[in-house]
Amino acid sequence: MAVALTSARPVPADDDSPRTIVSRPSRGDMVFRTVLRLAGLSSFAITGLILVFLIIRSSWAFRADGLSFFTKQNWIFVDNQFGIGGVLPDTLIIGVIASIVGIPLALATAIFISEYAPVRLRRVLIAVIDLMAAIPSIIYGIWGRFWLMPRAIGVMGWLADHLAWFPPLKVTIEYTPSTFVGSPILAGLVVSLMIIPIVTSLSREVFSQAPQGEREAAYALGSTRWGMVRTVVVPFGRGGAVGASMLGIGRALGETIAVLLIITQISKINWHVAQSGGNSIGALIAAEWSSASSNQLSALMAAGLVLFAITIVVNSLAAIIIGRSRSGAATAD
Amino acid sequence: MTTVGTSPRQPGLASVDEPIRIRTVTPEDVLTLVGAAIGALGLDWLVYERLLPFTGALGFWVCWYVLFALFYIAAAAMRWSRLVVRDKAIAVLVSTGGIFATAVVVDQIAYSFVKSLPAIVHPNFWTQTMVNTAVLQPLSSGGIVHAAVGSVEQLAIATVLSVPLGITAAVFLAEIGGALARPVRTIVNAMTALPSIIAGLLVYALVVLSFGLGKCGLAAGIAISIVMLPTVTRAAEVVLRVVPGTLREASFALGASHWRTVWKVILPTARSGLATAVVLAMARGIGETAPVLLVAGFSDTMNANAFQGWQATLPTLIFNNVFVEGEYPKLVERAFGAGFALMLVVVVLFAIARFLGGKRPGELTKRQVRQLRREAEQP
Repeated sequence: MAVALTSARPVPADDDSPRTIVSRPSRGDMVFRTVLRLAGLSSFAITGLILVFLIIRSSWAFRADGLSFFTKQNWIFVDNQFGIGGVLPDTLIIGVIASIVGIPLALATAIFISEYAPVRLRRVLIAVIDLMAAIPSIIYGIWGRFWLMPRAIGVMGWLADHLAWFPPLKVTIEYTPSTFVGSPILAGLVVSLMIIPIVTSLSREVFSQAPQGEREAAYALGSTRWGMVRTVVVPFGRGGAVGASMLGIGRALGETIAVLLIITQISKINWHVAQSGGNSIGALIAAEWSSASSNQLSALMAAGLVLFAITIVVNSLAAIIIGRSRSGAATAD
Repeated sequence: MTTVGTSPRQPGLASVDEPIRIRTVTPEDVLTLVGAAIGALGLDWLVYERLLPFTGALGFWVCWYVLFALFYIAAAAMRWSRLVVRDKAIAVLVSTGGIFATAVVVDQIAYSFVKSLPAIVHPNFWTQTMVNTAVLQPLSSGGIVHAAVGSVEQLAIATVLSVPLGITAAVFLAEIGGALARPVRTIVNAMTALPSIIAGLLVYALVVLSFGLGKCGLAAGIAISIVMLPTVTRAAEVVLRVVPGTLREASFALGASHWRTVWKVILPTARSGLATAVVLAMARGIGETAPVLLVAGFSDTMNANAFQGWQATLPTLIFNNVFVEGEYPKLVERAFGAGFALMLVVVVLFAIARFLGGKRPGELTKRQVRQLRREAEQP
């Protein structure tokens, strides 16, 4: 990177030590590097702006409701009764369901693409996963609402009938045609599809970087393919896979439109995931936004601030884990 | 293919270090797989359709898959040792993910196409707005052109804002690095999974309220650009990283300054990959719904001025038709029509990205290789 190479002082010829090289960037390069640094810092600026403006705009709601904003399970227009005590757990419930379904599938897909698929199929599958990431969430939403929901209700009914000994699957409301419509489990299923691409593509990159020499060593010791994957690829990519999964969770918590199109919105906690009723902070904001008064906007901003705080913590931890993992260390400076 | 003794190879070529390809798929493997599939289908039909009170194709295939996995493991256990059985069972299980993802993508594209057919065959669907069309009117009236215009304008604004900034940030990460690069990379990675509705909230608080701009297409474009920015940066950094260091050093050795090296050597070398990064980010950006909903509102009329007034986009039109208005059948059909238009744009952008990129910098196309060979053969 040295541009203007000048020796600091003339060195006597008989002295065999290397001369000191001082690199002095030209003025153009100084400007150039400053511009690049500023661009790099823009992500921090955006994150900071989000934090500052959400705090400013939500201050009214926090003053009005205080700590009860986190515990009250209602969201009522008229008397400014705002609380995310129900919506926040419901958000987490959808996130947990999406993770339980989506992350194992995504990791299996990543291992399949990087270790099992023939080269030609591998290219196709990588394209399919990229396309899956590019499909808009509104398409997932209408697909879930009009295609998946009518087809899945039979399965849900069977689950509720036969697995009711498992408390979350119990149904506490009476059976009507809409008992299973808009349940957290359906929303979670659709969100699980939406996190598959991000988890798969990140962990596939890590898995495929496992060193060829170690793979061949495992084969030479008589390992089967699964033995090789278990002892070489998985330990190598563990950090990256954990980080990718956490990024997936972060995305699942923030999903808005697809959840809104599927869920039957309530503001109470619904632990019985197979029955109708649930919510997420994103869906709450999108649903209440257009009819909100300025007080309500403040409360919605407060809900958004909570969502932002949770996701930025989860995502930053994930990014740090990815950066620190053995595989990530190769790409970081 | 062992040809011991009568080697057709020339002795000089024997030193070429090519790996021997070992056939890994035997007829037994294939037959076990097919047998398990057919057996599972038969038992599934008997149990699912005849014995148990189930209906629905979805449940049928879920059950079939479970039975298939069990049958396959059982059939494999009869022939092979435990170690091999475990290996084969895992191979079948991990392939589920790939098959499942493909099935979902294909189903979504096919379903939104089939459901959109009633709407998209009407020419007026592509040329009219919804201003003179009531919710119950037939599909021969009204269209989505106002939403398409809004989508295109907002995407253009978002691209203009996010691409230069994103690529500059990527150049910073790839070229300068240093102590600052690690936290920047961390925050960029974290922002790739930032809920897009948060971007909408920021733009609403900053642009719409504090700057007093009001809800408009420009605000939506800014919100989309915040969503696109980390995607562009991450993808562009990966591309810039694989530019060979020798090119960079050659440029420095010729006395070029740092910024000239980046401008004349590194960026042109990575051009196709950068274009892919940009187009993929555009494909993400055009489908954004939540932030647009917050800061651009919705409109039934044509509003080509992105700087003033509410503007509809394809995603918000879909959302409006299936959610806000209540499910009027004609509106839902129009929503699927808009969904088809949206998917069309995404798939076309995606195809462009694949066509442009997927190659490492300096990697040649088949045609270029042929041309080079032809030129080399000519005396």
